[in-house]
Amino acid sequence: MADITELGVAAIRDGVAGGEFTAREVAEAFNANVAAASALNAFIVATPEKALEAADKVDADRAAGKPLGKMAGVPIGMKDLFASKGVQTTAASHILEGFKPEYESTVSQKLWDAGAGMLGKLNLDQFAMGSSNETSYFGNVISPWRRSGGDNAALAPGGSSGGSSAAVAARLCPAATGTDTGGSIRQPAAFTGISGIKPTYGRCSRWGIVAFASSLDQAGPMARDVTDCAIMLETMAGFDPKDSTSLDMPVPEWSASLDANLKGKKVGIPREYRMDGTDEEILKSWDAGIAWLKDAGAEVVDVSLPHTKYALPAYYIVAPAEASSNLARYDGVRYGLRDLPEGANLQEMYAATRAAGFGDEVKRRILIGTYVLSAGFYDAYYTQAQKVRALIARDFELAFAQCDVILAPTTPTAAFPLGDKLDDPLAMYLNDVFSVPASLAGLPAMSVPAGLNGEGLPLGLQIIGRPFDEQGVLNAGLAIEQRAAFSAKPEKWW
Amino acid sequence: MSVTRETVAKIASLARISMDEQALDRMVPEFNSILAWVEQLGEVDCAGIEPMTAVIPQKLRLRDDVVDADPLTGGGVRDEVLANAPAPEHGFFGVPKVIE
Repeated sequence: MADITELGVAAIRDGVAGGEFTAREVAEAFNANVAAASALNAFIVATPEKALEAADKVDADRAAGKPLGKMAGVPIGMKDLFASKGVQTTAASHILEGFKPEYESTVSQKLWDAGAGMLGKLNLDQFAMGSSNETSYFGNVISPWRRSGGDNAALAPGGSSGGSSAAVAARLCPAATGTDTGGSIRQPAAFTGISGIKPTYGRCSRWGIVAFASSLDQAGPMARDVTDCAIMLETMAGFDPKDSTSLDMPVPEWSASLDANLKGKKVGIPREYRMDGTDEEILKSWDAGIAWLKDAGAEVVDVSLPHTKYALPAYYIVAPAEASSNLARYDGVRYGLRDLPEGANLQEMYAATRAAGFGDEVKRRILIGTYVLSAGFYDAYYTQAQKVRALIARDFELAFAQCDVILAPTTPTAAFPLGDKLDDPLAMYLNDVFSVPASLAGLPAMSVPAGLNGEGLPLGLQIIGRPFDEQGVLNAGLAIEQRAAFSAKPEKWW
Repeated sequence: MSVTRETVAKIASLARISMDEQALDRMVPEFNSILAWVEQLGEVDCAGIEPMTAVIPQKLRLRDDVVDADPLTGGGVRDEVLANAPAPEHGFFGVPKVIE
């Protein structure tokens, strides 16, 4: 039998349902890969017993002739931003170290109900703030990819879902959950040669996901191909009365409706995304993507998103503002860390706890957020940023009058070495230049692998769709996937 | 516009994050370079544009105005609420003395 850990979601599910192998065999194979990959530091906590328990239930259900769920027998990694009942949930921060939720997040519960099992909690940037997975309190995640030519420099797996991307690329799990606030699913997927989709804002419930910027946060799947993403997103999405911004609309059967024939579809190419400083090889892969979509029958049209250059600065006001408010809950009183210096009063305890519990990037964003919301500066910064955000959303609306989906690169460069941008927060922020605009507009967007650059590192292409049109995004992604025929995988060194 | 060290210290105090001299030294230039960068938003003409309030237009739902309308998010779960508290006392959250 072929190595089970090379299989994806659909193949595992169908293999379990068809009796080719048991769910327990699958869980054992992936548990072994997780245990052998500590050098990647992709998991904060491994839960092999949870994976086995879920697998045994699926095997028993199958033996009893009971109907099996959409993800039956598929073990997955869970980003450590989703509350897991009874399992430490940290958002990769010291302030939540040891926190064991008394409840399960809606999205993870839906996955367990569909027959998936949990291999463990995946590392991430602290509170999902970062683009390289270097802000985690529990250490950097190392990308399984290395440059060709013998340079063994440790590369960034992307962020914030860096544990998810590294684990899926390294075959530690066939799929993982991610969350995307400004690109945290798409950028790590691009860096590691996997697929990932952020659905329309509101498709996946935010209940039980540690909040970063509530008007932007969306969960989504990360997997090795488009079909697996579609299956997993169907499982994760759906109305939840416990989230006030949850979309009250039916979840389409995206995987059953996948269709790579794009005849009659128009693909917009935003001219403002051709920026100075973008890597030549990224531009080449973009041109290849245009040719592939034409080959799939689509018509390519030029579109304009004139406010693109203002998306990042607007994001770095809106997201920190929301974060400063959301993270006010970490006070050393209700849960998590408490630092109570000898003789300290309540206010001093708050300040000491937060100083000890938050990492530098988190503090930076809380301070920026506090500043832009403070009296006298609110209108100049926050209100102006929300107006610019409205203009960015309008840009997309106007563009979608001329096209069905938009094609762009996911990132301006391939994966960079760890430490490369650590001293310069602004340089790090600029890595999200192509992913942030769709986040600000709440649009569905996905990254699919396009090929390898001259150094043997993966490059991703991004497809952005109209609100609620995940199907159009997935279809264009499938058309690229079929033509890019990306089959490269990192050579095992860990 | 550039902010002073005193301003950053004041913001840190509003955000309840204690920062020593060294931490302030590091933060002031970073803070200023981020602010200088976001200030380019000032050049965007936003005349007549309403600030965004919801990215996907939605009506806020209201639950029924009764106790425990949704048992999943209702009350009666004191022990669960306190389970992760660093210093629970007699069924309450314990904090340092606030009244002399």
